[in-house]
Amino acid sequence: MTKHDSDTIAAIHRELHSHLPSEPALRAKALESLLVEKGMIDPAAVDAWVGAYSEDIGPKNGARIVARCWIDPDLKQRMLDDAARAVKELGYEQSHLIAVENTPDVHNLVVCTLCSCYPTALLGMPPNWYKMAAYRSRAVRDPLGVLAEFGVALDEQVEIRVWDSTAELRYIVIPQRPAGTDGWDEAALASLVTRNAMIGTERDLSARAAADT
Amino acid sequence: MSLSESQALGPLARRDDEPVFDEPWQAQVLALAFNLIAQDVFSAGQWSDALGAELKHALARREPDDPQTYYRSALAALETLLAADGRIVAERLADRVETWRRAYLNTPHGQPVKLSAGAGPEIRHQ
Repeated sequence: MTKHDSDTIAAIHRELHSHLPSEPALRAKALESLLVEKGMIDPAAVDAWVGAYSEDIGPKNGARIVARCWIDPDLKQRMLDDAARAVKELGYEQSHLIAVENTPDVHNLVVCTLCSCYPTALLGMPPNWYKMAAYRSRAVRDPLGVLAEFGVALDEQVEIRVWDSTAELRYIVIPQRPAGTDGWDEAALASLVTRNAMIGTERDLSARAAADT
Repeated sequence: MSLSESQALGPLARRDDEPVFDEPWQAQVLALAFNLIAQDVFSAGQWSDALGAELKHALARREPDDPQTYYRSALAALETLLAADGRIVAERLADRVETWRRAYLNTPHGQPVKLSAGAGPEIRHQ
């Protein structure tokens, strides 16, 4: 076998071994293995978190809470007074939570200008656009423009309130209850509540959405 | 709003249905951060400050405003926080990255990759 042939075969073998993870994947793996060795991380807890946030925990928790608030005005008032305590009553754990309510005259929009603070226990992982610099900077500077881009046009009299989240302040928007939903039960109402409505990039929820799906 | 600004905003809504995690390491990085906060290794405030600082650096370096940049910044924030108090120093981490790299190269495709496979030199397949 010539030198050239052996090099070629080595290259083919390398190609076969191209399951080498990307640089950030190797760094994440290295970090986790060191943290596990130091007893600072339980690998089972990491796997459980990934499983939960990839599949189970999503905006449905928040949607159920909003639906309950629509049905029960007292609960809604408790949410507005002390949201962290109110959601605890319902079995959810989200610290530093503040609820803000949309009305015919007020629209609320939530952003984290610093990074991506978000009530993850209620809404799951934030959407990608929530983490992008474009949203983080423009939601404050040009909220009407951002809303327009999401297809939301506010009437002139509507005041827009932009809330900047931090690690100690996480917001959930209680959207307005759609017309034509009198007598609906919690599950039916919750099916109308979208993630974007609870962030504020959607305003008018529709009773038809559930009927269509 | 200027035309260029509205164009720049275009991608936001289009990103609405994207999967949150494109690659498993992205979920792994956030899982590590959330678990370390839960263990009080650092606070949620420290995490948000460190992530915010990395995102600012990325913007200053004109890296693309996309999920890949976000998760790379999250990884860098995690490394910075753990290096800051000497828990995991950069050299130790770099060594471990190389060990894993060798472990992957030394392990035939389809077999589970163990860290011990990276302990020796990289095996040349000839």
